[in-house]
Amino acid sequence: MAQAQSIRTQSQPDTGDTYLLPGETYTSITSVIGDVPLTPPMKTPKGWIFGFAISFALLMVFLVSVSWLLIRGVGIWGINIPVGWGMDIINFVWWIGIGHAGTLISAILLLLNQGWRNSINRFAEAMTLFAVACAGQYPILHLGRPWLFYWLTPYPNTHGLWPNFRSALDWDVFAISTYATVSLLFWIVGLIPDFATLRDRATNPLVKRIYGVAALGWRGSARHWHRYEMASLLLAGLSTPLVVSVHSTISYDFAISQIPGWQVTVFPPYFVAGAVFAGFAMVLLLMIPVRTFYGFESYITIRHLDVMAKVMLATGMIVVYGYFMEVFGSLYSSSKYEQYLLYNRLYGPSAWAYYGLLFCNAVAIQPLWFRRVRQNIPALMIISTIVSVGMWLERYVIIVISLEREFLPSSWDRYIPTVWDWSLYLGTIGLFFTLTFLFIRVLPMINIFEIRMYLHQETERAHRREAALHGHGHGHGHDHDHGHAHASAD
Amino acid sequence: MLNPDLDAVRAQLRNARGPQLWRSLDQMADTPAFRELVEREFPQGASELNDPISRRTFLKLMGASLALAGVTGCTYMPREKIAPFINQPLDRVPGVPLYYATSVLLNGYATGVLVRSNDGRPTKIEPNVNHPGSSGGTDIYAQAEILRLYDPDRSTQVLNKGEVATWDACFEALTAALPAGGAGLRLLTTTVTSPTLADQIAQVLAAYPQARWYQYDPINRDNVYEGARLAFGEDVTTRYDFSKAHLVVSLDADFLAPGPGFAAYARTFMDGRRVRHDTEEMNRLYVVEASPSNTGISADHRLPLKAGLVAAFTQALASKLGIPGVSAAEVPEAAKHFLEVLAEELEAHKGKGNSLLIAGDQQPPLVHALVHAINAELGNVGSTVIYTDPVEARPANQTSEISSLVNEMAAGQVQTLVMIGGNPVYNAPGDLRFADALAKVPFSFHLNYYVDETSAAVTWHIPAAHSLESWSDARAFDGTAGIIQPLIEPIFGGKTSHELLAALLGQPSVDPLDIVQTYWQGQLAGDFASAWQAALANGVIPDTAAATRTPTLSEAGLNGSAAAAGEIELVFRPDPSIWDGSYANNAWLMEVPRPLTKLVWDNAAIMSPRTAIKLLNLPFDPNQLVGGKVESEHYLEKLIEINGKVVRIEYRGGKMELPLWLLPGHVEDSITVHLGYGRSKAGTVGTGVGVNVYPLRTSDAPWFGTIDAVADTGSTYQLVSTQDHWTMEQRDLYRVGNFEEFKHDPEYISKEVYQHEFGTDEAHFERMQPGVDYSTHNNSWGMTINLTACIGCNSCVVACQAENNIPVVGKTQVGVGREMHWLRIDRYFAGSDLDNPDTYMMPMACVQCENAPCELVCPVAATVHDYEGLNNMVYNRCVGTKYCSNNCPYKVRRFNFLQYSDTVTPILKLSRNPDVTLRNRGMMEKCTYCVQRISGARIEAKKAAVAAGEDTYTITDDAIVMACEAACPTEAIVFGDLNNKDSRVASWKSEPHNYGILGELNTLPRTTYIARIRNPVEALSVHDTAEH
Repeated sequence: MAQAQSIRTQSQPDTGDTYLLPGETYTSITSVIGDVPLTPPMKTPKGWIFGFAISFALLMVFLVSVSWLLIRGVGIWGINIPVGWGMDIINFVWWIGIGHAGTLISAILLLLNQGWRNSINRFAEAMTLFAVACAGQYPILHLGRPWLFYWLTPYPNTHGLWPNFRSALDWDVFAISTYATVSLLFWIVGLIPDFATLRDRATNPLVKRIYGVAALGWRGSARHWHRYEMASLLLAGLSTPLVVSVHSTISYDFAISQIPGWQVTVFPPYFVAGAVFAGFAMVLLLMIPVRTFYGFESYITIRHLDVMAKVMLATGMIVVYGYFMEVFGSLYSSSKYEQYLLYNRLYGPSAWAYYGLLFCNAVAIQPLWFRRVRQNIPALMIISTIVSVGMWLERYVIIVISLEREFLPSSWDRYIPTVWDWSLYLGTIGLFFTLTFLFIRVLPMINIFEIRMYLHQETERAHRREAALHGHGHGHGHDHDHGHAHASAD
Repeated sequence: MLNPDLDAVRAQLRNARGPQLWRSLDQMADTPAFRELVEREFPQGASELNDPISRRTFLKLMGASLALAGVTGCTYMPREKIAPFINQPLDRVPGVPLYYATSVLLNGYATGVLVRSNDGRPTKIEPNVNHPGSSGGTDIYAQAEILRLYDPDRSTQVLNKGEVATWDACFEALTAALPAGGAGLRLLTTTVTSPTLADQIAQVLAAYPQARWYQYDPINRDNVYEGARLAFGEDVTTRYDFSKAHLVVSLDADFLAPGPGFAAYARTFMDGRRVRHDTEEMNRLYVVEASPSNTGISADHRLPLKAGLVAAFTQALASKLGIPGVSAAEVPEAAKHFLEVLAEELEAHKGKGNSLLIAGDQQPPLVHALVHAINAELGNVGSTVIYTDPVEARPANQTSEISSLVNEMAAGQVQTLVMIGGNPVYNAPGDLRFADALAKVPFSFHLNYYVDETSAAVTWHIPAAHSLESWSDARAFDGTAGIIQPLIEPIFGGKTSHELLAALLGQPSVDPLDIVQTYWQGQLAGDFASAWQAALANGVIPDTAAATRTPTLSEAGLNGSAAAAGEIELVFRPDPSIWDGSYANNAWLMEVPRPLTKLVWDNAAIMSPRTAIKLLNLPFDPNQLVGGKVESEHYLEKLIEINGKVVRIEYRGGKMELPLWLLPGHVEDSITVHLGYGRSKAGTVGTGVGVNVYPLRTSDAPWFGTIDAVADTGSTYQLVSTQDHWTMEQRDLYRVGNFEEFKHDPEYISKEVYQHEFGTDEAHFERMQPGVDYSTHNNSWGMTINLTACIGCNSCVVACQAENNIPVVGKTQVGVGREMHWLRIDRYFAGSDLDNPDTYMMPMACVQCENAPCELVCPVAATVHDYEGLNNMVYNRCVGTKYCSNNCPYKVRRFNFLQYSDTVTPILKLSRNPDVTLRNRGMMEKCTYCVQRISGARIEAKKAAVAAGEDTYTITDDAIVMACEAACPTEAIVFGDLNNKDSRVASWKSEPHNYGILGELNTLPRTTYIARIRNPVEALSVHDTAEH
């Protein structure tokens, strides 16, 4: 059973060209992963209770902050004229960005047939959903009159009015709601076979019934599997454009404006890359403690971490390219407003944010070129944290620094976040972790059946390889007990 | 339920075929059930409208549900009752405002105004063009009178030593306290120009021969009168005629700031400066001053000079011009060249009567006397300078009057002190210790608008009526009298000064109308009733201007010697917002940014950067302040951070601690402080704001003196300003040109800009979409703002606030960048010399872009364009994303971050303009060109067209005047119809120096600016000519 362990600091064995530690069996996979949600309430690990308590306390901060916001208005924040958007939109974009890794892993990597994704996709998808839940708070709460948020949707009304379809904020409504819906569907569909596993393994009749309802009558028949695969593929197909479109749309919030620092044509790809970058950092940040705590090193191996670090490095370098393009754009523009933007970022009152961003997102990821760093868990934790901060700073730089000083020097002003800005941010972090802890506790956080399938594929592959090596096919050392079929229930 | 069974009906019809169907329909039509069905097209409740009794029920229900709807909507609308007139007044049409002519006062001088009355409530002050004190413009104080009228803090009750009492009891006490013959009776008023009041005072003095009447205002004209006595040996009032002046020299005179004659002077002075492409002549202004002023920033040449050195400068100028009997004087090296050039120019204008020298009210009598002599020498008397009989009822040296009074009080000679207005406990010279002396007076009466510092120290306080609540009269700066008529009964039963004086004469309950009428019955010629009506309708009484005089100059007064200026000088100035402190409880004025410092809600020790660096030993290199390094941003940003350092100023034995504020252009080694702050009993708005500097202001040096020591206390204080940035960052925002070059090539300013930006003479901004052709519409509105004419006086800002129900937000909210002014005045410092920079004032409100960036990004279409080109705000549709403001390059949108509008204080509801929606929290708002006035005029024009049987309507050019435009004393703002080629705005738009700000963004603003034209002389041209 799972036991709390400290995060390993010594180097861990490389699994070579597979993504599973040797020695895993279908049974071990099913029980190690499946037993976590089935742990009786009284045997909940203390570490989980501790973590959940902290998250829940932060969630209460969220409630207090939102209540005060609704009572008094957005004036409790530090926003002003000219800086009409502050931490509300920074956090919105930050959270949406974090969610992107999940969609990328579940959709694009599925289509690209990247087997290693199996170990992390469930967790990453859950993270996506929770991040979107946090992000979704902000566009509504940032409104001066949040109770009228539905005016942004095209619904039949007695005003006889449509929303303004030319506004990027209205595009956001569609982008985010579509994103949230598809992500949720994808996640739930993927959970069905595992619900069935839990249903079959559960001993408590009530728990059995709950998972049974959730499993929607899954029996693991070939027809079920066929439909499941088809549904997954379709949803993956649907999600794939969303990976690109959601953050592109959010970048339009800035790109269609005419504020120096916002109206940057490179924004859509740059935002998408940044989102994946931030998302992978967050996946690493969450997964490393969880795999250690629950002893999942066999499924989320050091190679997984290595690959995720590579994705982070790659997307990070795209983001760095975006920074270069911004600098190039302002120098090449021959517009004094664009040029002043660069000056302001480098020497203005909020220059610390720009330098911080360059350090976090451009400098701090460079060690990831080295395998030793990519496979060093403390190093990954530190770099992921820095990247998460860096991506927050990126949005600060884009939103706040641009607005603080734009066209008329008479209107220049500073933005100073208040305690309510921070408390809402902390509060959404609380919401995120509360949901994450609940997820860890009641759902299989690693995709059981996909790991089993992956084990099967790997076993077959090793078998074939050995056969090729040793001439004719009597593989030795292979444990044929495990059988070759999908096992939906043990 | 009575509902017919529709399904059964349908089933019945389904089974019917052909003729049978029709029969069954017929049959059914006869059944009660079908009739019911027809009646109940709107099934329940609707047909009950036919029933009188149940209609009442229905209305009741509707009323209740409306009330509930009010509960559920998340706004703060308290329940209220409304009642219709029982007898509607004849002249009142609901919703149609009426205008009445009256006057409002500043320091006793009248500004003629038209007051708009909406359903009996005065809601807006407009200038009265017929009145010489207004001549089509007002100052901020006139505009703010509305809020003063409805001030929740105003005095509402008679108080006896703080206890609530009655007027009758007060009258009894007053009668008892009146000594026979008036020994020990003293009357203290503020400056009196009212003929009726003067007459009443004369009656009181006649009834009590031993009584004495004193006048005191802290911002008085002692020096002006003393100077006239010095020069002429008699009391005369000096008046200026700028229309004939080609060359104006101000010797520390801020004639473009509120004071007697402000609006008229500003207008006529600017009439000589608003140049067009074919203008041949432009006047020229030289200013010598210590503390930068509205006049100083409008100057073609400005010389910063210590206030104490102006006398020496004037002496030197006088002797250069050959005035006999003038003592020789030395001027500082820096002033010599300026003096030389100025003297030469004056010499050139000699005898033409088209030059004008003005001495500042705060300059000593000698300067005034010398200026009289120079004006006479140059032949200006009778042309640009007009001497008249005194306008004030009794010109007096008010400082010595208050001194005499205090001496008498301290000596116990004053039995009964009756004070009409004023606040001497707060604002009498500090060395007099008025409060201590007042304690020795057994009976003191104070008629006052607020329960202020003085009211708290007297035995009887009587609430005063506002001038919009009272009958009275007053004279303008030229002596023209006007009747003050009430628009509303005294809301809290306040008394007028006339009633108090009548009480002194033993008449406790005489109608002030009778008093005023009785006086004028003896004055008006012809039929009194019609003359009185005409006086009320016009706001002026004809032929009452003070008679001109030709006093003879005596040389004896000119040989006085100027006192030497001290090392570091302290200058006291009226506050540009709250005057002497009497407007301290006016939130509009507290929050309007002071013209040059842009400070709000505080006063400060204002000094130049160089002085601050020197006095506080700051680690800055003062040499960087000159020679173009002013744009070195880092230096400036660091420098500005010292704003708010608290300094201790030791002055004449007293000391005070004030936060410092840097103001480029302030003369070196001099500190300016503004009067009127640090009130201890001003009201909820003004109490405790800023630092009271009156205790340091002594009766022998009320305007400036030498500081003993200045020290850094080490602490800092949060001063709040609406604009922290000084320069324009070399952007093409404010365009400036020189008159000579402009005459040569009227397009040279824009050419210079575009040459610099694009390398061509003209700029073409391409657009991707075809524009809207507004010329086919009936009207298309536009505005021009003339930067030459703008003096930064803020009248437009306060007028806009009054017209559009704009809330005040308080110091904290302004401090975080949330001021709500729809119209603001941007101030930039430019040029290579921070010791004497060019200071630019740029009024900025929504420019109504034709390609409006805000409209595109609003997700709910709450800001939309109309067919006349206005960029409108649909407040009710706004959900508050603030995206529009982010995308607005002019940052003119204002957001209700919190509930700023006070919807709960009952009396403030009276003050609101009913034609403008009150905005609650969470909504964006901004200037929409006073769309309510446009709509009003359009409705009138359409009605007129219909009455005339025409298909099209015409709105004449003068039918719509924006609130800002109306208040502007210098006619800098012009609004009108761009489709009407004869309109004033169209003619200004066709001028070559008309330009749109941030034109390269292709927003196509409807409000454009007329570049500032300056008229410098070659010899003094050190400034950069065009700044972009």
